[in-house]
Amino acid sequence: MRPEVLTGEHFLTGDEACAEGALAAGCRFFGAYPITPATEIAEHMALHLPEVGGTFIQMEDEIAAMASVLGASCAGAKSMTATSGPGFSLMMENLGLGIYTETPCVLVNVQRAGPSTGLPTMPAQGDMMQARWGSHGHYEIIALAPSSPQEMFYQTITAFNLSEIFRLPVLIMADEVTGHLSEKVVIPEAAAIKLQTRKLPKGRKDRFKPFQPGPDGIPPMAAAGEGYGIHVTGLTHDERGYPVMSPDAHEKLVARIVGKIRNNLHRIIETESYRLDDAEIALISYGVSARSSLAAVDEAREKGIKAGLLRLITVWPFPEELIASLAKRMKALVTVEINLGQIHLEVERCSRGQCPAFLVGHAGGTVISPDRILESLEAISK
Amino acid sequence: MTKRKNQLTHPLDSLVRTDRIPHIWCPGCGIGTAFSACLIAMKSSGIDLQKTTMVSGIGCSARVPGYTNLDSYHTTHGRAIPFATGMKLGNPELNVVVFSGDGDLFAIGGNHFIHGARRNMDITVICVNNLNYGMTGGQVAATTPSMSKTTTTPMGNPEPPFNLPLLAFASGATYVARWTILHTRELTKSIEEALQRRGFSFIEVLAPCPTGYGRRNRERPLDSLRFYQEKSIVKNDAHPADIILDYQKGITLGTFVNVDRPTFTDIYEKTCRLDPAACM
Ligand code: SF4
Repeated sequence: MRPEVLTGEHFLTGDEACAEGALAAGCRFFGAYPITPATEIAEHMALHLPEVGGTFIQMEDEIAAMASVLGASCAGAKSMTATSGPGFSLMMENLGLGIYTETPCVLVNVQRAGPSTGLPTMPAQGDMMQARWGSHGHYEIIALAPSSPQEMFYQTITAFNLSEIFRLPVLIMADEVTGHLSEKVVIPEAAAIKLQTRKLPKGRKDRFKPFQPGPDGIPPMAAAGEGYGIHVTGLTHDERGYPVMSPDAHEKLVARIVGKIRNNLHRIIETESYRLDDAEIALISYGVSARSSLAAVDEAREKGIKAGLLRLITVWPFPEELIASLAKRMKALVTVEINLGQIHLEVERCSRGQCPAFLVGHAGGTVISPDRILESLEAISK
Repeated sequence: MTKRKNQLTHPLDSLVRTDRIPHIWCPGCGIGTAFSACLIAMKSSGIDLQKTTMVSGIGCSARVPGYTNLDSYHTTHGRAIPFATGMKLGNPELNVVVFSGDGDLFAIGGNHFIHGARRNMDITVICVNNLNYGMTGGQVAATTPSMSKTTTTPMGNPEPPFNLPLLAFASGATYVARWTILHTRELTKSIEEALQRRGFSFIEVLAPCPTGYGRRNRERPLDSLRFYQEKSIVKNDAHPADIILDYQKGITLGTFVNVDRPTFTDIYEKTCRLDPAACM
């Protein structure tokens, strides 16, 4: 038998590090469906989840995988799944159910190049807007973007923590290269890992209202079988969980669900700055593209171009104010991502016309080379 | 609703969310009878109701869990079985009951049904089969008899229907029964039996939908009941391939399958919790 936390130094792929992060975070259910390049997460969980008392099941499709993850969470288990493009599309329906029923869980998308089957074994970052808006209706979402196996480990823990605090599904938007890359991963002592769990109900069970929020806008969560007799529905519902078909009830519920994120941006958004203090051009990037961007910043500096990098660790909710303040003091913002302009659109919007916004991107299939970024930086700085 | 002091309570009131009544079902609908049979069976089965949870997809029948005073989950269209699978594996102590309709469980959810049965997931699936999509106004379903009229088969259904018990049997369900809402005693007994046993149990309940199906096929609720009475033949242990659901020839009812086979969890616990080093 193995410990829950594999303390020590390891040489792991991003996918394996993600699975280790999940085990360390207390994940005890994995609903799987194989898909390149995320399959290794499922394989690692199939082998090790039972050793820590959890259950792994490979479901019949990604729709079922996501449904099973929500079911397990409602039964009280921290739960997750991992997929890529086509599977991510199939999970959108139940992602929406998870958001509306406020069911904590983690969904990892190791992005490959789409549309459709696309380039299954090659990287892309083309699902970033799908992550934001892929399920129908208006909602807010949390999505993290890891740049290394080490971050795959930590972000998986962070994703579980955020999902438990805010009661919602949290997305990890990785990419094929980060998922398959092998690097040193340092796993700390179990005691050094801070874990969050959902707020539990207090007081009389027969008076409990499953969707009555606390002062923070988040309702405590009762699991099935605890005697609360709760009703949970994907219909618009009141604080008792009962369906209410009215615009007023809908406004109230959607506003609260959106507010959980909008009112807590400072607790959620994480970014990292590199050589931005005296920069004139800011690169904005995430995931594997942030690694190329980092190299490009150093090379540009050697050529006398004052470049810096803002790395988005949290992509959604978007760091709007930060981008706006950067735009105020930069000559240009350059988004680097493996798509034809998704986060770029957000950067452009949030720059509020204070400086021009450019894109360095392509349709997918390979990483963006530092040389290409450098070429753009040279052209922009002329 | 406030209750008058001297108002009598119904023996099933403790299991009903009485504050949600009146329900949404039409006059003459068969779902209510299947609902009460289910509640009676839950009471008489002796299972721990605090540890019992109901799961449904979308549709008229899928509203049953919402009226039941137990933990209940009204999920997405067709996805009740995988949701229930996650619940059972997330907490194996739960008794998980899926209560939904034919459109939900066998068209959009058909794939999940056959895999739940194949795994012998330890859940009970009760399907109200009213031969059409009722909630959306009476469209053709995977269970609609050939040539029947629905809003999307205005000239008659060109497709043949599923024989649900045969599908369940072929997929690996370890308990398979079919009753109608006229056969409430047998139905209740059957649900009770299913709740008390381990493994994937499937019960089909034939019920009239006068609003969606009946009015386009000249079948009033009483006609359906008369038909259930006159045309049904109880044949327990009949092979599911030999049973019929033919509105001319008749309907075979009964418990067709009741066998023991290890559940997913039984096998998982025995094989998957080994030290992986021993398997490599
Ligand atoms: S539409 Fe049909 S199934 Fe739905 S409530 Fe009315 S009669 Fe019952």
